[in-house]
Amino acid sequence: MITTSNLSKKYASKTVLNIDNLEIPKGQSFGLVGNNGAGKTTYFSLLLDLIQPSSGHIKNNDVLVHESEDWKPFTSSFIDESFLIGYLTPEEYFYFIGDLRGQNKADVNALLSQFDDFFHGEILGQKKYLRDLSKGNQKKAGIVAALIGNPEVIILDEPFANLDPTTQIRLKGIIKNLAEKQGVTVLVSSHDLMHVTDVCERIVVLEKGEIVKDLATNAETLKELETHFSGSESV
Amino acid sequence: MRIKQFVNLEWKQFFRSANFGKSIAIKIFMGFMALYMIGAFLFVGIILYKALRKFFPEMDPIEVLNNYLIYWILIELVLRYFLQKLPVLNIKPLLTLTVSRHKITNYVLTKSALSFFNVMSLFWIIPFCITLLFNGYPVINVLPWFVSLICIVLIINFLNFLINKKNIYFYAILGVLTVAIGLEYYNVFEVSVVCGKAFNVLYNNPILTIVPMVILTLVYYLNYKNLRGLLFLDASLKQKTEEAKTQDLTWTNRFGDIAPFLQLDLKLIWRNKRPRMTVFLSILFLLYGLYFYTNDKMLEIPVILVFAGIFITGMFLSNFGQFIPCWDSSYYSMMMSQNIPLRKYLDSKAGLITFSVVVLFLLSIPYVYFGWEVLALNFACALYNIGINMPMVLLISSMNKKRIDLEKSPMMNTQGMSAAQWIIIFPFLGLPVVIYLIPYLLSNAIIATVVLGLVGVIGILFRNLLLNKITEIYRSKKYAMVAGFKEQN
Repeated sequence: MITTSNLSKKYASKTVLNIDNLEIPKGQSFGLVGNNGAGKTTYFSLLLDLIQPSSGHIKNNDVLVHESEDWKPFTSSFIDESFLIGYLTPEEYFYFIGDLRGQNKADVNALLSQFDDFFHGEILGQKKYLRDLSKGNQKKAGIVAALIGNPEVIILDEPFANLDPTTQIRLKGIIKNLAEKQGVTVLVSSHDLMHVTDVCERIVVLEKGEIVKDLATNAETLKELETHFSGSESV
Repeated sequence: MRIKQFVNLEWKQFFRSANFGKSIAIKIFMGFMALYMIGAFLFVGIILYKALRKFFPEMDPIEVLNNYLIYWILIELVLRYFLQKLPVLNIKPLLTLTVSRHKITNYVLTKSALSFFNVMSLFWIIPFCITLLFNGYPVINVLPWFVSLICIVLIINFLNFLINKKNIYFYAILGVLTVAIGLEYYNVFEVSVVCGKAFNVLYNNPILTIVPMVILTLVYYLNYKNLRGLLFLDASLKQKTEEAKTQDLTWTNRFGDIAPFLQLDLKLIWRNKRPRMTVFLSILFLLYGLYFYTNDKMLEIPVILVFAGIFITGMFLSNFGQFIPCWDSSYYSMMMSQNIPLRKYLDSKAGLITFSVVVLFLLSIPYVYFGWEVLALNFACALYNIGINMPMVLLISSMNKKRIDLEKSPMMNTQGMSAAQWIIIFPFLGLPVVIYLIPYLLSNAIIATVVLGLVGVIGILFRNLLLNKITEIYRSKKYAMVAGFKEQN
């Protein structure tokens, strides 16, 4: 589904991302972990054509991301609060995204009704603009908005951060369901090793812009990741 | 925490603020503005004595000034009510540190004494007092009077915060003012004369300087009490949230697939301070025509009329258009990764602007009172604005890559300004004047009006082509815009 070849991003002379080859098949739940500055957000930004690659390219469903806009209809994402329109209410925002993705109000409402427990009564019908919601609630709205319009690829940057434990658990359920039952390719980045191992069938570790580990998740994965990040792993 | 540390914080806040990181051109511009203001105040302070002497030869200048002092106080109070706010928000980080609330309160209040407004007053008060001394006024009178004035400036300063904070003060002052103006207007009792007398008594009796001092202490104390009680996160430091109201905008659906964007733009304008003020100003500028048309001499200069026509029908176009992608800067990366073809995005902006030009033209129809030529020329200007100026503004706007905070007031707000805003004005106003002037000089005003309108129509016919080109340019600048809008300046 997503093919990355010889991709690199340099600022001045500093290389912040350098991926020779990365293939993400359709329907995979893919986790990206790494410390601050490892290049996770840079990779996602390149994937969304928000920054220009210094070399190489990404193909999303055979569409060259930095040359064509044709990947947009089947790709959706939530990177940070700058993906929200602060002066809209959550409902207005969902309908706006729905409009962009060819979904009418009824379609959007049908989708939203599945997320009642995820919203926990704090999003819909609050008579508040998105800019006045708490960080966690903003995130909930942004994540659900990324699910509107049956996208084939969903990109979520740090989806678990700022969420309360109940919501984190519910979000894990949602992501698993997307990949396993609906065949959606889900890309998630996180600092939280436990959450990613719970959710993702494959985990890639980035370090200073390079891929240092590429693991298929199993019972040992969490342990392996913890050893890696505690720095005590023997090389 | 010592005073020194507070000052240190203040210093850093100033020099590391977003304002300071602005482009060099804006810094220079703001610098000149500040110098100009200082110069103007200094000038007033220096010539004030002579001027008063000249205009009121039979009276003592200090007496004249005292008589009018009350008006200055009122004007200051009104200006400050709208422009000056007590900066409490930036003390949030201090609350949990080992600084007593007593100290923080005093710090905030003392700091406000050094505000721009207070300092500006000094620039005329000091030179005026010096000229008084040079002209042989006794130090024993001038110095206490000077101190009184400083006290009055500070009283205005603190009174303003009280008025701003608590409605009860606002209504009290408003009530007193209404009664005073009423009494004065109906000649029952001349408050201003009494005030003038009071200030003269103050000047003649140095000991009375104690009165403004006592009042100052009182307003300071009231402020202290007020602020002290508010130094909690939930009381005043948290910004108020307004209740969201959803409007029914389904009528825009008739505009087809640009409808969602149109709705978004209408909400943008309606719900955010800066774009809302921009629209308000455009409507206000409609009245600008009166300035031109009521003057017979101006009516005879064709260039002025073209100016007026372009201005009146194109005010929204220039005010809103020049910041076009910036309005969406806070969520631009979403717009660029969502399922939105850039062309559609620009189409909707173009649609909104066209709509505004039509509305402004319709509102300007009453100007037909000044002759049908005015109406015809305004119509031609409207066509020109839609056909040529609109694509041009969109084109130049593609140079924008500075973020705008929608909730900040547009007054004296240079946020989002860049070279684009300076470049735009020449072709925007100059080109139509040239297009009009050439046929005007060769034949007459009617032909010139028709030519201007026709040029606009040609632009409208090529609208599609022009927008395609502009879309390409926007696409090529996309990365720079996304990166630029991320910077919090």
